[in-house]
Amino acid sequence: MSSTNRTVVITGIGATTPLGGDAATTWEALVAGRSGVGLLQQEWAAELPVRIAAQAAVDPAEILPRPQARKLDRTAQLALIAAAEAWQDAGYSGRAGEEAEIAPERLGAVIASGIGGVTTLLDQYDVLKEKGVRRVSPHTVPMLMPNSPAANVGLQVNAQAGVHTPVSACASGAEAIGYAVEMIRTGRADVVLAGGTEASIHPLPIVAFGNMMAMSKSNDDPEGASRPYDADRNGFVMGEGAGVVVLESEAHAKARGAKIYAEAVGQGVSADSHHITQPEPSGKGIAHALQNLVDNNDLKPAEIAHVNAHATSTPLGDVAEIKALRQVFGDDVDHMAVSATKSMTGHLLGGAGGVETVATVLALKNRLAPPTINITNLDPEADADVVRDSPRPLPEGPIVALNDSFGFGGHNVVLAFRTVQ
Amino acid sequence: MAATQKEIVDGLAEIVNEIAGIPVEDVQLDKSFTDDLDVDSLSMVEVVVAAEERFDVKIPDDDVKNLKTVGDATEYILKHQS
Repeated sequence: MSSTNRTVVITGIGATTPLGGDAATTWEALVAGRSGVGLLQQEWAAELPVRIAAQAAVDPAEILPRPQARKLDRTAQLALIAAAEAWQDAGYSGRAGEEAEIAPERLGAVIASGIGGVTTLLDQYDVLKEKGVRRVSPHTVPMLMPNSPAANVGLQVNAQAGVHTPVSACASGAEAIGYAVEMIRTGRADVVLAGGTEASIHPLPIVAFGNMMAMSKSNDDPEGASRPYDADRNGFVMGEGAGVVVLESEAHAKARGAKIYAEAVGQGVSADSHHITQPEPSGKGIAHALQNLVDNNDLKPAEIAHVNAHATSTPLGDVAEIKALRQVFGDDVDHMAVSATKSMTGHLLGGAGGVETVATVLALKNRLAPPTINITNLDPEADADVVRDSPRPLPEGPIVALNDSFGFGGHNVVLAFRTVQ
Repeated sequence: MAATQKEIVDGLAEIVNEIAGIPVEDVQLDKSFTDDLDVDSLSMVEVVVAAEERFDVKIPDDDVKNLKTVGDATEYILKHQS
């Protein structure tokens, strides 16, 4: 089966997000323009400057068997749930080489997290301080290591072609999917579970992001706080959740008669090398990634009908992305329906690329671009066809959709997906 | 007051149930923690710490490797509880 430049397709999707415990309910809420942001009711949040977040709609610890859940950080719990949904959706059940008819050596897993098991790290430090050495969980290290979600997903399905965890802050989830596409293209694997997960709703990360002036402090209006492209946007809202897809070589998918959602066309990657956290304001670095995407994958700008933008609701970032789209695609941007789904999900950090890939693939499948909510006054610098308030039908025929993800550190990852006949 | 053998087995059964999800009735003297009760080496540390608290006994790390079965642990606790 090994060959190079093989076509890669998506045959399964899974998500657990602030909008719903699976991909279908998440999509339903996205199309309905519902916000997943709310006021944090936890006692620890009462005195914080930021008291809003988009918490997972379904607690993963309530779904997984208790003995399993107690040995997993919430990032891995969310990833396992999204991965199980995607695996089943792709027509597989059980482990490779056992119930699932695929050789373990041809199956991979690439699951990213931006921060890793940070709540485990912080909680166990509290245990150490308050209860002493003996009470620190022996599971702490395998729970907090950032590759834990990938390793646990790999264990669950018996993936032996390679299990990986790219880390690039908020671009991590997209980087995971891009890496998985390359694994299949180059013949290292036939099927790869790929995506991102994050669970960092805890006082320290919230205070730390807040002190960077990166987060919205609109505590009096949680549902209106995440407002990409609005003239008065004032920062992102932290979200948690996971999104995972099953990527597969087209030949493998067709041979087993799998349903195919979309083609995973490829990725464009670049690094700003401008500032450790601020985006390069002209959009030059993002433009470089977009250009790589087009050049390396023979994309025609005329095909691109939809962009699931990175747009986190920060003043600089949202506009830099639009400038980059204009630099690379010029007037072709006018026929791209641009959606900022973070207006509803909040910003899932390392989980964003996974969840937004699921949203992008469903947008292609349903030929419908989700809305961007909370735009009262569109920023005049957002010079693009932003889908506002209600979903927008996408054109018939073969079309391409992009999913943009950028991360602290200057990481830029752009993924492209195409409808299939 | 020191715990009886039955109280220790019942206590270990509750601990193993909490940590590994094994039904309490399956936790019997002849059962191996790793082979029969789904308690791996990391979870065994949890079982030991929970047993230390419950039965007011110290189980040094060097002794843990000798506690292969529920019977081994019960005997150890019977002998060492204060």
